Amino acid sequence: MIEIQNLTKEYGKIKAVNDISFTVEKGEILGFLGPNGAGKSTTMNILTGYISSTSGTVKVAGYDILEDPVEVKKRIGYLPEQPPLYMDMTVNEYLNFCADLKSVPHKEWKSQKKDIMELVKISHVSHRLIKNLSKGYKQRVGLAQALIGTPDVLILDEPTVGLDPKQIIEIRKLIKALGKNHTIILSTHILPEVSAVCDRVVIINKGKIAAIDTPDNLSKMLSDFSRFTVTVAGPENKVKDILSHLYGVKYLETSGKLRDDEYSYIIEADKDVDVRKPMFNQLAQHGFPILELKSLNLSLEEIFIQLTTNEEKEAK
Amino acid sequence: MFAIMKRDFRSYFNSPIAYVVIGLFMFILALFFNDGLATGSSDFIGDFVGTMSFLLMFFVPILTMKSVAEEKKNGTEVLLLTSPARITEIVAGKFLAAFCVFLVMTAFSLIFPIILIITGKPDVPLILCSYLGFILYGAVFVSVGVFASSLTENQIVAAVIGFVSLFGLTAINFVASFFSGFLNKAFLWLSINDRYSDFGAGIIDITSIIFMLSFTVLFNFFTVRVLERKRWSQG
Repeated sequence: MIEIQNLTKEYGKIKAVNDISFTVEKGEILGFLGPNGAGKSTTMNILTGYISSTSGTVKVAGYDILEDPVEVKKRIGYLPEQPPLYMDMTVNEYLNFCADLKSVPHKEWKSQKKDIMELVKISHVSHRLIKNLSKGYKQRVGLAQALIGTPDVLILDEPTVGLDPKQIIEIRKLIKALGKNHTIILSTHILPEVSAVCDRVVIINKGKIAAIDTPDNLSKMLSDFSRFTVTVAGPENKVKDILSHLYGVKYLETSGKLRDDEYSYIIEADKDVDVRKPMFNQLAQHGFPILELKSLNLSLEEIFIQLTTNEEKEAK
Repeated sequence: MFAIMKRDFRSYFNSPIAYVVIGLFMFILALFFNDGLATGSSDFIGDFVGTMSFLLMFFVPILTMKSVAEEKKNGTEVLLLTSPARITEIVAGKFLAAFCVFLVMTAFSLIFPIILIITGKPDVPLILCSYLGFILYGAVFVSVGVFASSLTENQIVAAVIGFVSLFGLTAINFVASFFSGFLNKAFLWLSINDRYSDFGAGIIDITSIIFMLSFTVLFNFFTVRVLERKRWSQG
């Protein structure tokens, strides 16, 4: 659906986007992840035809953004980082204007407007001025705008930024639901968002792609051992002695003291050995109860930090 | 194009700007009208329409200052530029909206000639001819104002640029007086004011009409270029 090849955007000497290539299949939700200033918004602005690239090509449904900008723009609904709203219009007027702008036929528009307003839950504010809406509602109106004309592709730049936790969950659910009928590219610097809604992740750092994969694969790929944290009641040296002699344990470290004779430890073990059962038995035999046991799979946060800091080292 | 034109036109009347501009324009015009009647001039209509055009230099930039600048400031420019509408359509819509407000203003000013017609025997064809000139003159000014607005996201700056440009434009025949021979002729040829005063004198010259229309198209084209340049900007 979307093909991006060797995309580069230069601002003077700075390469905001540096030789990025990836494709997005129809019906896929792609997460675009990166720290602030990594080039996410720049890439999205190029995809939507707002700015041009220095080199490289972008094709949406087979149309080149430079050669057939109008055909591409017809197929894209875009929610920029700051929703493009006219504060002096009511929600109704605004959506009517956007439909006019996107030349949605009048007959279709009536039913479409109703559907969209129900989908993003703004029907009850349709007669209010946009400037009087809360941030969450403004975001929804922005999203409604992107949905007008049922575009094949939705490009959402940090759609959940500035919303309260409940709204974030609602918007994520909504995006997930939209993914059934639309191809979606979603940018964010919030990691749980990616694992919550995306089929695939592109991690971008300093204008370059650091990794592309599914959230699960990224997690697996980068960890070749299982890690967990365990809190045990008992003297540190004795517990450590027991733990370190378990089969498969590669690494052991005291990570904190909770109170007297209560310590938590981080254990790394071989991937194919489950050390948890013998650990429980051994500790129980010695009368040291386990208070807490939690597995520490490499979270996206860690992957993210690993990938982005590796890049920095390389750069140096 | 019509979507943008409709929205912009409404927005002028949703904010105080159109009312303030039209109200002040009418007020000052009324003072001149009153004064002109009291003193009695041999070329009353010419003077009156001259005053109107002079006022435009101040009022058009205030009217058009928000046209593009506000979109840039609020981030709604993205909406327009990523929509399937072409940049030429966007600019045409913006220009036509402001031009329509100008036409509304012009329509209000017709009250003065109507008073003349009711109370006296003015030269009606001359009035019509003057108004034709005035409308063309206004189109040029509005296109310059919208262009000025596209250069910045600050409305005040847009108004100042607009005013200075219009001042420069109207000062061309003054500049011409410093020169003689070819340069004098060249500047006079460029002078939109000279062509405008032809209309005030009752002369409808087809080249003047084309000249004013070309000027309008030219500045709208400049606006298109400014918006396109942003897309290609490397800096």
